[in-house]
Amino acid sequence: MTAMRRMLVRCAALLLAAAGAAAAAPPPGDSLYQTALALQDQQGRRFDFAALRGRPLLVSVFYASCHSACPLTIETIARARRAAGAGAPDVLMVSFDPAHDDVAALAAMAAMHRVDAAHWRLARPERGDVEAFAATLGVAYRPRGDGDFSHNVVIALLDADGRIVARSSRLGEPDAAFVAAVRRLAAAR
Amino acid sequence: MIRSLLLASLLALSALPAAGAAEYVRVPGGAFRSVLAQEGGARAVEVPAFRMRATPVTNAEFLAFVRRAPRWRRDRVAALFASPGYLSRWAGASTLGAGAPPNQPATRVSWFAARAYCASEGARLPRWIEWEYAAAADATRRDARSDAAWQAQALARLTAAFGAAPAEVGGDAPNLYGLHDMRTLVWEWVDDYAALFVNSDARQPGEAALLGLCGGAALAFADRSDYALLMRVAALAALAPADGADNVGFRCVQDIEGVKHP
Repeated sequence: MTAMRRMLVRCAALLLAAAGAAAAAPPPGDSLYQTALALQDQQGRRFDFAALRGRPLLVSVFYASCHSACPLTIETIARARRAAGAGAPDVLMVSFDPAHDDVAALAAMAAMHRVDAAHWRLARPERGDVEAFAATLGVAYRPRGDGDFSHNVVIALLDADGRIVARSSRLGEPDAAFVAAVRRLAAAR
Repeated sequence: MIRSLLLASLLALSALPAAGAAEYVRVPGGAFRSVLAQEGGARAVEVPAFRMRATPVTNAEFLAFVRRAPRWRRDRVAALFASPGYLSRWAGASTLGAGAPPNQPATRVSWFAARAYCASEGARLPRWIEWEYAAAADATRRDARSDAAWQAQALARLTAAFGAAPAEVGGDAPNLYGLHDMRTLVWEWVDDYAALFVNSDARQPGEAALLGLCGGAALAFADRSDYALLMRVAALAALAPADGADNVGFRCVQDIEGVKHP
């Protein structure tokens, strides 16, 4: 009995060590967490993008003064999360206009769209290459000179290690295949 | 003690500029009409002055870079930033070999890696408008594009280079600004290349916008006479930022203090 217990304890210790090692190991080569990005969210919370590793995540980029595609992106993500049900991944939206999008602008946007800070982070980059980050998502943008940007829209679903498992550029009614992927990851948690 | 000495010498080493620091030449600002509709098209835009590398980055220069920044070695680079084939002309991860002569332009380099290289020179990749503006000059004129013979020559040299390994950098006569190889040697990454294909109406939801995002509909040329240039745009359009290509190299630009960008 004691031997059995000792073995169980040892197994548990091994498992814990393995879990610890997985968290500390560098992210896979194709993980978005290869990108170094220091962020600050709508509540002023500062965090590293890579610190979000460990759970699935919905990611997109935006800028606060964008009045059509960006609100629609938020709405589309909200719909995808509702469709996925309980355990739907949290959301990170990164501004590519940090010169204008300060914490107050992010907070105003969060309030306007009534997003829950427990699950949504609207963030501005403080350090790091946000243009390269957007490129890893497949997003390109360019200033139009009037304070607006031309940009495409991508919503990406990351697995716990930061690999893109699904992407969608469809706004409004979310892409069924994308919602199915979100639901699968939600169910696996 | 020994450790701090070691650290000090390491720091001193990393502060040293790369051997034979790259030559940048000043490109004065001016009004310019792009072939791309997105860049203003029919109307001229004001391009602010900048400094540009006289020649594309060579294999030897890129080798020195990956030795300083080993995360960009081909055996260590994250797959996120470089597709298979990255630097594959080289004999090894830190050796050039016969297939990659030191003075040839570095090709099979991803947009991410090119950006990182430029940052290491306190520089950045040029924007398309800067590259196109600088490349419009011949030896005597700031804008030689209306010269059909000059355009035909650029096209002939470009097509002759297809399939062949690129020639050494600096082999041609410099243009008005002192820039070599602008129109002939390799195609070159520009910082905003992916955004060139973003439809300006992409903010509108719906089918039309999505079509635009696929590239084709967004590629609008205000002037189609410069075929060599259009081929260059099309070649870049086909690449993802982690991709490299045999005939795509890069050069960097530096901002000039006090020069305002729109």
